[in-house]
Amino acid sequence: MTQAKLMQGNEACAQGALAAGVRFFGGYPITPSTEIAEQMARELPKVGGTFIQMEDEIASMAVILGASLGGKKVLTATSGPGFSLKQELIGYAAIAEIPAVIANVQRVGPSTGQPTSPAQGDVMQARWGTHGDHPMIALSPWTVREAFDVAVKAVNYSERFRTPVIILLDEVVGHMREKVVLPEQNEIEIYPRRKPTKSRAEGYQPFTPEDDLVPNPADFGTGYRIHVSGLVHDDTGFPTGSPKVTEECIKRLHEKIDRVKDEITHYDEFFMDDAEVAVVTYGGTARTAYAAVEAARAKGQKVGMVRLMTIWPFADKVIQKVAAKTKAILVPEMNYGQLVREIERAAAGQAKVVSLPKYNTEIFTPAEIGGAIDQLVSEVAK
Amino acid sequence: MKDYEQYFRSNRLPHIWCPGCGNGIIMKSIAKAIAKLDMDQDKTVIVSGIGCSSRASGYMDFDTLHTAHGRAIPFATGVKLANPELKVIVITGDGDCTAIGGNHFIHGARRNVDLTVVLFNNNIYGMTGGQASPLTPTTKKATTAPYGTVDRPFDPCQLAQAAGATFVARGTAFHAAQLPDLIAKGIQNNGFSLIEAITPCPISYGRQNKLGDSSAMLKWMGEHGVPKVAYEKLSAEERTEKFPLGVLYESQFGEYSAEYAHVIERAEGGQK
Repeated sequence: MTQAKLMQGNEACAQGALAAGVRFFGGYPITPSTEIAEQMARELPKVGGTFIQMEDEIASMAVILGASLGGKKVLTATSGPGFSLKQELIGYAAIAEIPAVIANVQRVGPSTGQPTSPAQGDVMQARWGTHGDHPMIALSPWTVREAFDVAVKAVNYSERFRTPVIILLDEVVGHMREKVVLPEQNEIEIYPRRKPTKSRAEGYQPFTPEDDLVPNPADFGTGYRIHVSGLVHDDTGFPTGSPKVTEECIKRLHEKIDRVKDEITHYDEFFMDDAEVAVVTYGGTARTAYAAVEAARAKGQKVGMVRLMTIWPFADKVIQKVAAKTKAILVPEMNYGQLVREIERAAAGQAKVVSLPKYNTEIFTPAEIGGAIDQLVSEVAK
Repeated sequence: MKDYEQYFRSNRLPHIWCPGCGNGIIMKSIAKAIAKLDMDQDKTVIVSGIGCSSRASGYMDFDTLHTAHGRAIPFATGVKLANPELKVIVITGDGDCTAIGGNHFIHGARRNVDLTVVLFNNNIYGMTGGQASPLTPTTKKATTAPYGTVDRPFDPCQLAQAAGATFVARGTAFHAAQLPDLIAKGIQNNGFSLIEAITPCPISYGRQNKLGDSSAMLKWMGEHGVPKVAYEKLSAEERTEKFPLGVLYESQFGEYSAEYAHVIERAEGGQK
């Protein structure tokens, strides 16, 4: 077992990416994500990898996509304003099926907002930030150790499904320091870069999907001479104006993620066996929520908690089950109310869903969430 | 010398360019340069941006990457740094390279990554339908400048040189015999190379400005492009509307991926 270390969330995120095989980082400095870039600048060359500081956020996204096609596992890191700038190329990665991981350490917005103050305001941007129709995977850790684990998962999912994956951190988790014990390298499961299963002579086409609906475009320089484009394309990778091919292309992008939705939905349940009120939460807010729920249990209140690690695709089934067995769901978030809309939709009226938003640069206190729990507990008792 | 035709995806031709367009001449010049240098077809990558010029990547039989508006250079930077054994050629247009991609252009030149950028300069946004680009000459008309442009155009060669490019050259579609050689020299330069290739767009640019058909536009290039040595002997008055051709600038500076390999050596050895 490795030694226990005092480590920051951003640092753990970088370490997780390295452990999963990331060997290329392109980025542009923006708080509160900069420690990820700084860590990669120090660590990547030690393992033969490459760090490059680009001229802007868009170039940072472009350079990692180029490097990914060149055969490397790639990461970039940013915060809200930079995340917005990267969006066009996040869409490019989705349609061109280029593995890439984007860590977004959220801060208060819109625009420059409140730099380096904690927020969870990019939940919907992570899902819908780019144009057009595409699926999205976004994972949000709540501890420093989990920032490491989420980074490993994000890299693996991006490689396995050849799609951009978002690590949705918040400033609380990104800048928090905790004692962590990281797994040994040989304990970490790593998904390797997909390779062509046919030769050109056998009729290989770079965008022909395998059984899992994911294609195997060859890395550049391996002799396949493939064409990669952000235009809607057929199996050959070349653009087409065909309505049929367009429909098939967009449908397959969605279906390759839809069919593994349950497998990649990660969450924790606490005190849910007899809960009448559930707190559904994620990221840094989940830490405060846990303290509040524990306190409520100590008072004898039938309160449980569900903590979502997978934000997208949304955990519909998990929330449906929670809604079916509770009377009310409280959703504290460091924003004006974002994921609560999905929870309300999934709950479909089976349980009352109450938003508890906070967006004043301060994190929740246990008393604030506790107060909202008290109110809900008394309401459901009526 | 190899036959340049082996570098085309014949099943993707004919191309989509308009009759009279000079892009084919430039694309063929790139293929001829590659043939001349007998480059490894499997270790050469062509990266393009968006627009008429950037469709060329699809016609060429290499690993090819048709990126997003203005972003060819940073994509190409990633390809090269991920695998420095690859030779990377960037195809871009005047709007793509110097407007939406302007910042990437100057920073690409500054970094001196080994990229060969061939800038197809037709002085207009062609595919979008004739809007003014940063290389549309002042007073010339465009659909977004119906009374003539007020903006001054960049000189992309001077811009690249000032930003740190280690090889800068200019050719035209009229000077088709020399262009492959200029591109080949750019590919041989181990660093950031710019080859501006001026090309006629009779449909979107020529028609609005009454420049005649493609042959008239090519003729104009022949009359106004002057070899660098001769250009330097001209008086300021004689230089009006004339422009220098050939290798305009060369210098030496460490190539980025080679320099970064030293960073890796230092880091792996535990030194700072």
